[in-house]
Amino acid sequence: MLTALIVMSVLAVLLGSVLGFSSIKFRVEGNPLIDKIDAILPQTQCGQCSYPGCKPYATAIAAGEANINRCPPGGEEGIQKLAELLNLDFVPFGDDTAALKPKSVAIIDENTCIGCTLCIQACPVDAISGAAKQMHTIIEAECTGCELCVPPCPVDCIMMVPIQENISTWKSPYPSVSKSMANSTMIVTNVQI
Amino acid sequence: MRTLYHFNGGVHPPSHKAESTSMPIAQAGLPSRLIVPLHQHAGNTAKPTVKVGDRVLKGQLFGMPEGSVSSAVHAPTSGTVSAIDMQIVAHPSGLPDLCVTLIPDGLDEWSPRNHTNYLTTPPEELRMMLRLSGLVGLGGAVFPSDLKLRPGKHKIKTLVLNGAECEPYITCDDMLMRERADEIILGTEMMRFMLDADEVLIGIEDNKPEAIAAMQKAVVSHSFNAMEVISVPTIYPGGGAKQLIRVLTGIEVAAGVRSVDLGVQCFNVATAYSAHRAIEHGEPLISRIVTVTGNVSHPQNFEVLIGTPVHELIALAGAKSDTNGHIMGGPMMGVALPSDQVAVTKATNCIIESSLKLFPSPLPELPCIRCTRCVEVCPAELQPQDLYWFAKAKNFGKAQEFNLFDCIECGACSYICPSNIPLVQYYRFAKSEIWANERGKESSNLARERHEFHLARIERDKREKAEKLAQKEKLARAAKAAAGNAETDPIESLRAQVREIAHPEAEHSKE
Repeated sequence: MLTALIVMSVLAVLLGSVLGFSSIKFRVEGNPLIDKIDAILPQTQCGQCSYPGCKPYATAIAAGEANINRCPPGGEEGIQKLAELLNLDFVPFGDDTAALKPKSVAIIDENTCIGCTLCIQACPVDAISGAAKQMHTIIEAECTGCELCVPPCPVDCIMMVPIQENISTWKSPYPSVSKSMANSTMIVTNVQI
Repeated sequence: MRTLYHFNGGVHPPSHKAESTSMPIAQAGLPSRLIVPLHQHAGNTAKPTVKVGDRVLKGQLFGMPEGSVSSAVHAPTSGTVSAIDMQIVAHPSGLPDLCVTLIPDGLDEWSPRNHTNYLTTPPEELRMMLRLSGLVGLGGAVFPSDLKLRPGKHKIKTLVLNGAECEPYITCDDMLMRERADEIILGTEMMRFMLDADEVLIGIEDNKPEAIAAMQKAVVSHSFNAMEVISVPTIYPGGGAKQLIRVLTGIEVAAGVRSVDLGVQCFNVATAYSAHRAIEHGEPLISRIVTVTGNVSHPQNFEVLIGTPVHELIALAGAKSDTNGHIMGGPMMGVALPSDQVAVTKATNCIIESSLKLFPSPLPELPCIRCTRCVEVCPAELQPQDLYWFAKAKNFGKAQEFNLFDCIECGACSYICPSNIPLVQYYRFAKSEIWANERGKESSNLARERHEFHLARIERDKREKAEKLAQKEKLARAAKAAAGNAETDPIESLRAQVREIAHPEAEHSKE
């Protein structure tokens, strides 16, 4: 009886200390679910979801405060991925979300720019280079196309230009029926799964 | 007799090689203008070094290699640069790319050329020379050759020279070996020297007896003992690098492993030839042999300046009116050119003029019946029917799991498919979607990082400002306090001092 008690209490203390130690040693910083959601979001940091960036939106989704259909840059594909991750049903975009646009970059008309630095302050990813009373320019490779620099510009010199496909970004198309076969009754290629 | 090995599968399409081998290689001569793309190689686009209006000499640099994986581009003849702009190039997308347009002056005047003795030149310098001469793999992959000649972690035991040329219609390597075997052999010896390889195996398919004889003669006449010309069985795609290495050495290059890690390096015969021209004669890569065949009146091989418009080249072989398309490369792996106005590049080994008679329009695609004939012929030992299924369903993760990226797009599966499914098109589609996803991921990671830094910076600025303000306030208070002290009554302070001296204990005890 006594031996059993001793053995059990020693075991309890031992296992407890192991658990306690590992909870300190292997502590996971932050919420892994938020990071997983954040990884799916497109990181445009545009705020179209009404949260001040992708991470806050991810946090809100994780907390169950926001719906998963609030990110237009992520597209329907993004909603699909979020639905899969969170084991939810696909929800289409609501009427209140902004229209879907092709991926764009901002371009500053450098002749019109007065060097006010307002756009530099608005850019969430520091992709605009310039200084007070000096011309500003956009680092295209780093621009996420969030459009946050457009409203502050006092001289309206920032345009959003859709990104053109080039040879290195060209995607091989989904095989389709060639013209010569268009009249065939046995076409199965264009049956999308 | 050497023991040869086999790779899995393969097919035997009609070769159609005899048409273009009846005549020797002809010089295509100077076209009316040359459109030279600055991105003809794997890696980064070359950086232009000329301006519009410049007069350039033949062999003068047009573009400098940019970054580690890149190659140089040169003027194919002397003349004037008329434009540096976006032009449609030989690419299935039909999209434009940066090109230098040169109007030849007809003088064909060379820039200075230097002979180099490779035996007395440090390999590092030789590699730099090859990089600056724009040498890339001419078998089709156009990977910068200097990078493949760099000594790696593993000793290179075998250098494989690829003269298999397995794809139907193409005969440019065959004719090059027949006519210029000496120079190929000299270039190969130079590569062997740079890699310090023990042996050189030259693999040529047995449907090219003339080429085999010419190469053997050249090897014997130079008495290079480490070299051996080996006739390999004709089977498509026996000229794939992994497949030829397998046949010649028995080494199987596994997924994700490079042949150099197993002590084998592989070059195309035309690359060896051009390496010789570059080092021995100081001539950069400005021309190559191109087979012009298919629906033309006299199919033939031409030595063509890079940048020659395809329609001018076809005219030399006799264009026919019922041509309905232009294929660059062979019928198995080639791509349909967007127009005949595009220019010949370093990757152009063959131009096939297509007609309905030669290539009837494909039969309608039928459902996959899971006959697995594609599995039987796949040289990469993949499961093409599964890959097809995943690509069609856009289940890219699963396609990658089934080693989609080991597919060499040889087209043997599409060739054999009884349901006429354009399998390779599905694989190309899936591959490019996966690449696009990866690019998207990279850019969103960059954006996340920059945004986090942006927030941290704002936070830091705020903190610094607050600290500065606090510092200022503290200083102001101290100054005020000092000023306040000075203003106190001098008599009162004197009294305090006197008290201190008279009753030190009392003062202390009070404290």
